[in-house]
Amino acid sequence: MIEKNTAKEKLYVQDRSIVVPGELLAEGMGFIPSKGIYRDGELIRAERLGMISVDKNVIKLIPLSGRYIPKVNDRVIGKVIDVLLSGWKLDINSAYNAVLTLKDASSEFIAKGENLTKYYDLEDFVVTKITKVTSQKLVDITMIGPGLMTLRGGRIITVNPFKVPRIIGKEGSMVTLIKQKTGCNIVVGQNGWVWINGEPECEVKAVQAIRMVEKQAHLQGLTEIIKVFLEAK
Amino acid sequence: MKDQKSHLLKALEKGIRYDGRGLTNFRPIILEKDVSKSAEGSCSVKIGNTEVIVGVKMGVETPYPDTPDSGNLMVNTELRPLSNPEFEPGPPGEKAIELARVIDRGIREAKAIDVKKLCVTKGEKVWSVIIDICSINDEGNLLDASGLGALIALKQTVFPKYEEGILYYEEKTKTHLPIIREPLPVTVYKIGKYFLVDPLSEEEKLADSRLTVAITKDNVLCALQKGGKEPLSIDDIDKMVKIAMKKATELRKII
Repeated sequence: MIEKNTAKEKLYVQDRSIVVPGELLAEGMGFIPSKGIYRDGELIRAERLGMISVDKNVIKLIPLSGRYIPKVNDRVIGKVIDVLLSGWKLDINSAYNAVLTLKDASSEFIAKGENLTKYYDLEDFVVTKITKVTSQKLVDITMIGPGLMTLRGGRIITVNPFKVPRIIGKEGSMVTLIKQKTGCNIVVGQNGWVWINGEPECEVKAVQAIRMVEKQAHLQGLTEIIKVFLEAK
Repeated sequence: MKDQKSHLLKALEKGIRYDGRGLTNFRPIILEKDVSKSAEGSCSVKIGNTEVIVGVKMGVETPYPDTPDSGNLMVNTELRPLSNPEFEPGPPGEKAIELARVIDRGIREAKAIDVKKLCVTKGEKVWSVIIDICSINDEGNLLDASGLGALIALKQTVFPKYEEGILYYEEKTKTHLPIIREPLPVTVYKIGKYFLVDPLSEEEKLADSRLTVAITKDNVLCALQKGGKEPLSIDDIDKMVKIAMKKATELRKII
């Protein structure tokens, strides 16, 4: 019986290859489909456009594009779009808005009936952390924690949220490199919003570098390429 | 918002735009002519990442009572929701209507098309020229992209075959639309005390005011449209028109 199963098992795609929705990836019950991949009887198919990574018998799919889907513990950049009775509503570059309640807004005591715009006003950008996502995609966020703050000055650029891990790099190596070489302050939100603050000409360079990472995210040894680029000018 | 504006002004003070350009530089422009088979004249314009498609359709209609021997001109804009998350599906919004009217005014007031030549039978049948502008991607400056596209599409336009009251759209003649003047709109934006052209979306949002200046080939000013919240002084307008004229001459070299 076991022999029969292994004989049937077959992988149709190579590691790091690009697949389209519905494409046949593998056959047999020995493979484990991960996020973005589904089982169709004995067959394993891709759910969306992306790059395949095979790790032993686990098949993963890294999407090439799409909107950000909120996930607990993600550090995101949000924009205040509404001041509610007891909290704020934030746009987090997703299909779902996030709500910041008074409890999570500040370590200070906020008295009843206080003017909430004193803390966060409309159009303010903040770095925040997602604490809870319900099955109905109601998103709760907090401002209490290290590195969570209101962003003053600077500008926001939008990048593909699925390329954010590349922009940050291994243990933050890429973003640290860009910060060091350009002297800009950079905060990368998991939701694809990046805040940059620095001297105008340095900012331009930092944006160019980030765009380069975004475009060439599939390449190996990208840190070296970016380093050469940043040092050239 | 205030923060973002002061940040942008800091960059403009040094003469640097958010993408590294100078204040009065355009992004690279790519033109592609005859992109549509069903239109009588068409063009796609890319300014940086902003992209629009313009098509010209010809039809035979009854003239307006006050101009029985002149052809009709109509400009429509469709700002597709896919091109910008702020655009909604449904009937055209304020921005789409303004865009269409600005382009329309430029062409109409410059008397770009010899409308008398569009008359088939006086008081009964005249040619009508319909310009359709469709945004593919909006990263700022749809106005100039559409204006440039409309002019090029008009220059491409040929009459379809028309015989005994029937239009044969599939058979195109070799007669071009009678274009006598070539109006080109250039929009100059004012942010703080700085003037700039070809803004990015971010700059467009933070701008105080803008002035669209339509200019013909021999540098005759034929239409103006002011937008934005802040007023403009006469001195401002002078400067903006001068910038627009200079830019229009540069743009003409690409066409």
